[in-house]
Amino acid sequence: MAADTDTAAESEAPADPRTALLPEAAALLERFRARLGDAVVDAQPCFGDAVVRVTPDAWLRAARVVHDELGCDYLSFIAGIDWMPTPVADDDAGSGDTSAPVQPRDTTYGVTGSEGRFQLLARMQSTSTGAGITLKTDVAEDAMRVASWTSVYPGADWHERETWEMYGIEFDGHPALRHLYLPSEFDGHPLRKDYPLLAREVKPWPGLVDVEAMPGEEGDGDDESAGGE
Amino acid sequence: MILSLGPQHPATHGTLRLVVRLDGERVIAADPIIGYMHRGYEKLTEYRTYPQITTLINRIDWLSSFANEVPFIHAAERLMGIEAPPRSEWIRTILTELSRISTFLLFLGEMGLQVGAITPAFYGFRDREYVLNLIEAVTGGRFHPNFNRIGGIKDDLPWGWIADCRTTMRKVFESCDTFDNLVLQNPIFEQRTRSIGIIPPELGAAYGVSGSNLRASGVDWDLRRDGKPYLAYRELDWKVWTHPDGDSFARYWVRLQETRESARMVLQLLDGLPSGPLMAKVPRIIKVPEGEVWVNTENPLGEMGYYVVSKGATGPFRVKIRSASFSNVSILPWLLKGVYVPDIVTILAGLYFILGDIDR
Repeated sequence: MAADTDTAAESEAPADPRTALLPEAAALLERFRARLGDAVVDAQPCFGDAVVRVTPDAWLRAARVVHDELGCDYLSFIAGIDWMPTPVADDDAGSGDTSAPVQPRDTTYGVTGSEGRFQLLARMQSTSTGAGITLKTDVAEDAMRVASWTSVYPGADWHERETWEMYGIEFDGHPALRHLYLPSEFDGHPLRKDYPLLAREVKPWPGLVDVEAMPGEEGDGDDESAGGE
Repeated sequence: MILSLGPQHPATHGTLRLVVRLDGERVIAADPIIGYMHRGYEKLTEYRTYPQITTLINRIDWLSSFANEVPFIHAAERLMGIEAPPRSEWIRTILTELSRISTFLLFLGEMGLQVGAITPAFYGFRDREYVLNLIEAVTGGRFHPNFNRIGGIKDDLPWGWIADCRTTMRKVFESCDTFDNLVLQNPIFEQRTRSIGIIPPELGAAYGVSGSNLRASGVDWDLRRDGKPYLAYRELDWKVWTHPDGDSFARYWVRLQETRESARMVLQLLDGLPSGPLMAKVPRIIKVPEGEVWVNTENPLGEMGYYVVSKGATGPFRVKIRSASFSNVSILPWLLKGVYVPDIVTILAGLYFILGDIDR
């Protein structure tokens, strides 16, 4: 009985969308592998798309291949990821407690994994066929720099400036790596997981007029009558 | 001479500062300075649960806030393996197209304002109100509907709404004709926008320019048709409009045609609206399984996408927000090189960006 339903589910149910790969994405991946086989660390299907992790040295070469040879002329975005575990995002986003220090624990990385904390992520697409590819590369924590893509995709300019200010990843060959969103004297890299969200730091509500302690609370000065009357 | 336009200036469409170096009246170099409205949404999402995030992200592009919610909700649904029932997907499609119409009606009026015609701006604001009334009648909000839920939508269409919507769509066709006669056929408008701010298709794509701005450069690409199937677009009969010129005039022309096309789509959607439930079965406490997903949709301003990384908690681990205006505006330093000062304004207006969409 159980075996029957299992086989029926296998033959009738569509493949898991998580590990599905659209035919055009599969074709792109195959051509990418043929051209950059030695530099591909890992490649995984993810909801129809191919997510490919390349070595940091091949980051610029990968962009050239994707742009010139695979026909992905359109740059969607370049972004960073910080894989450091945080108490907030891992357990309960609602609690918003950032005061506790991050405890070391096993980190789970995304579909293609990562060898360190920081990763770069970029998405390109072809405007003629609609096929797209997502590239990733690890950024070593002791040498936070990779080659800039501005020579291949001029639109990488702003994306790399944003990634630099948010994560501190330097881009070699970028024409003007300066602050984009934040003031030029801003200190720190806000999207790193160890940068606190200052709005969630505990502080008195500025509009609070009534600062009297509640009955029974420490310092209400009238412990005897708490809850009385 | 260095001229600093903005951050607050009638010609800058919001808090955008534009530092231009001039030689006489010609622009040698332009540097857009953004970030005056940076609210750190990508950081904030890491401290919110999935249902809470929709209230944040519909403030990214406040003119078409409903359309902002859809890709994020789709990302969460895809990761959870939930499919919204057909009726809710169709109502989402109707509301997305209504936000496109309301956004573009404002553009069609505003663009006239930038070349010195005040009347179209009044028409634009007035006609947008009709569409906002429709959105308000369904969602209860004019600006920030927060109507999407993971697994469906909050409520059904109110009684009599479909008839109202049909009437309003007729008004939309009328106002499109008005803008056609009043602005597009106007010789002054033509002189101010023809061959001004030409974006070559290859360069536009490499900059990540998307949506109507790219279609006005002759690129026949629309995520509603060419992207992964989403909402009910595959079941409609409609056309993607392109223009070969790539100038400010082409961008106006394309948006005018797209407004009409959206109204036609809404009428088709009303005719074929399926019946059935509005919500899929969703757990009480939404925890999204581990994984990552990239969802991009064709928003009024262009490609809007969310790269959501989940670690199985009630909130996302990382959300990369790919907003359309950010890339559309990043081409400005290239685009403004060599133009005359008065053309800066028409180029800015023609690109049509929302500062919140850039600053996030």
